[in-house]
Amino acid sequence: MTRYFQPEQETASREQLTAWQNEGLVKTVRRVWDNVPYYRKKMEEKGLTPGDIRSIDDLHKLPFLTKDDLREAYPYGLLAEPLANCVRIHSTSGTTGRRVVAFYTQHDLDLWADCCARAIVAAGGTKEDVVQVCYGYGLFTGGSGLHDGAHRMGALTLPMSSGNTDRQIQFMTDLGSTILCCTPSYAAYLTESIYERGLRDQIKLKAGIFGAEAWTQEMRRDIEEKLGIKAYDIYGLTEISGPGVAFECEAQGGMHINEDHFIAEVIDPATGEVLGDGQKGELVFTAIDKEAFPLIRYRTKDICILNHEKCSCGRTHVRMTKPLGRSDDMLIVKGVNVFPSQIETVLMNRGYAANYQIIVDRENHSDRIEVRVEMTPEMFSDELSAVTEREKALVSDLKAMLGIYAKVKLVMPKSIERSEGKAVRVIDKRNLYQG
Amino acid sequence: MTTKQISVFLENRPGSLAEFCRVLEKHNVDMRAMCVADAMDFGILRIIVDDTFATITMLKDEGYICQITKVLTVEIDDRPGALVGILNLLGDAQVNLEYTYAFLSRQEGKAYIILKVADNAKAGEALKKAGIRVICQDEMEKLFGD
Repeated sequence: MTRYFQPEQETASREQLTAWQNEGLVKTVRRVWDNVPYYRKKMEEKGLTPGDIRSIDDLHKLPFLTKDDLREAYPYGLLAEPLANCVRIHSTSGTTGRRVVAFYTQHDLDLWADCCARAIVAAGGTKEDVVQVCYGYGLFTGGSGLHDGAHRMGALTLPMSSGNTDRQIQFMTDLGSTILCCTPSYAAYLTESIYERGLRDQIKLKAGIFGAEAWTQEMRRDIEEKLGIKAYDIYGLTEISGPGVAFECEAQGGMHINEDHFIAEVIDPATGEVLGDGQKGELVFTAIDKEAFPLIRYRTKDICILNHEKCSCGRTHVRMTKPLGRSDDMLIVKGVNVFPSQIETVLMNRGYAANYQIIVDRENHSDRIEVRVEMTPEMFSDELSAVTEREKALVSDLKAMLGIYAKVKLVMPKSIERSEGKAVRVIDKRNLYQG
Repeated sequence: MTTKQISVFLENRPGSLAEFCRVLEKHNVDMRAMCVADAMDFGILRIIVDDTFATITMLKDEGYICQITKVLTVEIDDRPGALVGILNLLGDAQVNLEYTYAFLSRQEGKAYIILKVADNAKAGEALKKAGIRVICQDEMEKLFGD
């Protein structure tokens, strides 16, 4: 049975979608020109006025926005609505203390809830379902997004937030959760814990909506098999709204981008040239229906491929592949964005040399991050406790910066691999990105 | 009154001590005593060698991170209970002992104890006052000769 939350939008014809996108783009560019001096200046530098943007055919003329722009304009520089009309913020971890903050009006939250409701319904959700949300609540968009989405489509919502596995499993069994929303690695961990406790036969789950980090098909099949569910991917980013920018349907053949709200482009990350269907490039979004934080041509740094082919589920919205990589050096570890520069900052602040290496691995479906630091004469001491104290301080600073635990390993000087004299900074052994 | 010990940073991975010892062998360094203190992911190797200056220069050239630490080397009789007397003396003098290790000499019936204490001067005084022989660096080098 194919179900849609908003059939009119989700199955609209290409002509209808284009008409909505044309109207939304023109309106948004005008609003941003009027209300966001930062972006207006960028348009002026390209010799553009709102009059030059008459349809989505003109989209390619507009300048890109990047995470650097967001940092530079922090906190209010890209706000298109008076602060008094905003009702919420969310934020992503940032480098060197500068976070990215996104603002939402009630309209923006409603739109986002609709997107997440579509995702839940596409995963087979109805108002009879019990949706257990174990994404983190708070500044992170994961918890709020799926929570509001579940409310919107009328399911019973369990606002669990992340962690406390015993309690998660207790609610899951006692209240008969049918849809699980969390990161794929946490889903795998929960699965294991359920088996360890011998509670598999008390689980009523039928579907899982797993996002915020990369996962493989093998992992999907493993979780599906063990829990007897269907596992759906979901994609999003705080800058554009949060999870639900795109979501998977029962065909499990790519994620439908909510095109009535977000225009997706794939570009060559080097030249900025717009690429066609089937070509691998950086995903760029333009939000055309948002009030507070309507980013135009925002470069996600996620590498993916778009597919406009008709989907067997009946949805007409373009599909994107799972991210196949990044065009920058950002890592996603345990669902958290990690930039090598954040780690470098901590090391420098603590007096360590900038000779380090980040090793990310996945054991039992759970991410582990290790930072190898080359020892220096200055940091060395005959006293074991002095060296371990310094190491502990480093671990605690890394935790404060990244929000997750990173193991520190002190290594011999000059022992970190170098290629062409430059240290190889990141070794990601997870092999998550499949072509 | 003190002797020089070389403290070396060693990474905790298989073969790391063997590599280090091969370096000593290559440079013909005679090691008199050695001990390893290990943390979770690294170790501190402490050694007493014949020519401290030459060895530390060589180790730095070989890419090791090391430093010289001043320790007390005490001669004791090689018999049960000999160490207790030394430790009692330090306790009575209120000197905190950080670590200790021992080596035998080529001299019959004598053993040597390396003591890393919080206060070398105070510990040295207490030991000397009790008639204990505390080896100085010059004597140390002679110990290798005999």
